[in-house]
Amino acid sequence: MRISLLDLLRIAVGGVTARLTRAALSVLGIAIGVATLVAVTGIPASGQQALLAELSRLGTDLLEVSARPAQSDDVATFPAESVAMAGRVGPVTGVSAVANTQASVRRSDVADESSGVGVAVLAARDDLLGTVDAELADGRYLDAAVDGFPTVVLGAQAARWLGITRLPDDGPGPQVLIGDRWFAVVGVLEPARLVPAIDQAALVGWPAAEQYLGFDGRPSVLYVTARENAIEDVRAVLPATVSPELPGLVAVSRPSDALLAKRQTETTFSGLFVGLAGVALLVGGIGVANTMIVSVLERRGEIGLRRSLGATRGHVRAQFLTEAVLLSGAGGFLGVLLGAAGTVVYVLARGWPVVLPPAAAGLGLAGAVVVGVVAGLYPAVRAARLPPTEALASA
Amino acid sequence: MSEPTGGVVELDHVTKTYDGGVTALDDVSLTVADGDLLAVVGASGSGKSTLLHLMGTLDRPTSGTVRVAGERVDTLGDRALSVLRARRIGFVFQQSHLADRQAAVRNVETGLLYAGVPRRRRETLALEALDRVGLAHRAGHLPHQLSGGERQRVGIARALVTSPAVVLADEPTGALDSVTGAAVVDLFRALNATGVTIVVITHDQELAASLPRRVTLRDGRVVADERAVAVGGAKEADR
Ligand SMILES: Nc1ncnc2c1ncn2[C@@H]1O[C@H](COP(=O)(O)OP(=O)(O)OP(=O)(O)O)[C@@H](O)[C@H]1O
Ligand SMILES: [Mg+2]
Repeated sequence: MRISLLDLLRIAVGGVTARLTRAALSVLGIAIGVATLVAVTGIPASGQQALLAELSRLGTDLLEVSARPAQSDDVATFPAESVAMAGRVGPVTGVSAVANTQASVRRSDVADESSGVGVAVLAARDDLLGTVDAELADGRYLDAAVDGFPTVVLGAQAARWLGITRLPDDGPGPQVLIGDRWFAVVGVLEPARLVPAIDQAALVGWPAAEQYLGFDGRPSVLYVTARENAIEDVRAVLPATVSPELPGLVAVSRPSDALLAKRQTETTFSGLFVGLAGVALLVGGIGVANTMIVSVLERRGEIGLRRSLGATRGHVRAQFLTEAVLLSGAGGFLGVLLGAAGTVVYVLARGWPVVLPPAAAGLGLAGAVVVGVVAGLYPAVRAARLPPTEALASA
Repeated sequence: MSEPTGGVVELDHVTKTYDGGVTALDDVSLTVADGDLLAVVGASGSGKSTLLHLMGTLDRPTSGTVRVAGERVDTLGDRALSVLRARRIGFVFQQSHLADRQAAVRNVETGLLYAGVPRRRRETLALEALDRVGLAHRAGHLPHQLSGGERQRVGIARALVTSPAVVLADEPTGALDSVTGAAVVDLFRALNATGVTIVVITHDQELAASLPRRVTLRDGRVVADERAVAVGGAKEADR
């Protein structure tokens, strides 16, 4: 005799709700596992979305061309005319360059002062800011009016290290000692998202570097922008263009790719977290199995009665299996809600767009149901195998 | 192989030996006729419950044959036996085994759950069954709102609701005081008068004596099978 699915569900709901506290606890166990699963997929998805939005704002048309030294103690540079040569490549829309002057920078002339350690003094072209999409936090950038004088613009990190994050509105600005000469700080930059190397630099005008720091005019890094659709072609021809003699020692990278990769590792939860969610789900499943085993032991009388009323072994098995799936399914449902809520709170706190992959919710629910079936199978089979007379006798 | 004798339940040379080696029933032949109201009496451990379980197909004999409604049960599998129990046999136990959170009428409906009765007909049948045990006015009550005797009557209604060929009751009065117990036996007598076949195990000699037929077990054997010729009158030995 078959019983309808509706009848089966009613029996199971009755069985589960008769012991509410216990049911709630095993539901909670599953819910925690599923919530973790949803959060560890939802949060990275939102972070990814935020990153893509950021990248489309920053642009992905920038290439960074650097030279590898032929010998380890060489200073790797390009020919002075490489900037102009790169600019002649068809799809290229802009070229700028910096060069490491090897000079050191200090806040004052007090001996063994270490505030400038880590700051690189770069000769920078006047068009650098526009090319790499960096912005000023304060003051001005180098231009034709000042680039021949001992003036300097500080990257965001360099400014912090040197203790000069703001410039006075009027009166003489702060000065730093570069080499053995005082340079006036005329500007401070915002963090450069695509070119973090600039954050740690003190930027000096190209002519000023040649005049005061013994700079030979050979750039060490070129920044090239090109039409987005031709970027890979440009990337391919740049080494031979900027360094016809030693193209093999030229490295061309795309800073947006580097940022993407870096942020991906930051926002993607490691396998550890996914593993943790799996363990939580497993523990939840053990909770359900335990609840069901205790339930079967306690309800031998009910099992015996149902058998005497004509329930087959299959009916009893289906009933307990359904109860287990109900517990874990409810846990899965609650877990999806909790996980989504947690994701929304976390993501909004970071100012990211909220992305809740439906697959995560589906996976969480399906995972919960599978856990319920697995957890319920053994207790259900035990309940079904119980001889009716034994079940009645122990009641 | 024995021929069916037309009884509702027929036991033919039935022996039941449990795993531990205890022979609970020893070569018992017994026929419950349609319309019987039969008391099974005997000392504790004499095999009464075992007999009832075999009659109700909850257990199988070690040897011998059991027929229910003319059908040999030893050849039936779990499904077929379950159908038989669902439709032809009603059980009443010492504990009423009611679901705590379900009203009396829902508990009675449980008796129809495995009998293939469509949902919409169950309530009507359950209310009818409750009416037969005199509890129509308690249909909506939860078990804890009922007295022990009323709970037992709900259990009896659940056994009756499928109109089974036989009702098997194992010490249905065992948990009740003597007055309430007597009322339950009165109910059995009244139901029997409407044609229900009932086998009831009891320890109460007086109650047993008041029933039309009385089977006495001792050490797994039937030692007496008596029918009352008239109420309160002499009894005629059947064997
Ligand atoms: N499942 C079992 N396994 C082993 N022995 C059993 C089992 N069930 C009953 N017995 C034994 O079989 C004998 C008959 O038991 P049964 O339960 O039929 O007696 P009873 O007449 O119903 O007794 P009571 O009046 O105490 O209920 C007893 O000796 C009992 O110990
Ligand atoms: Mg007994």
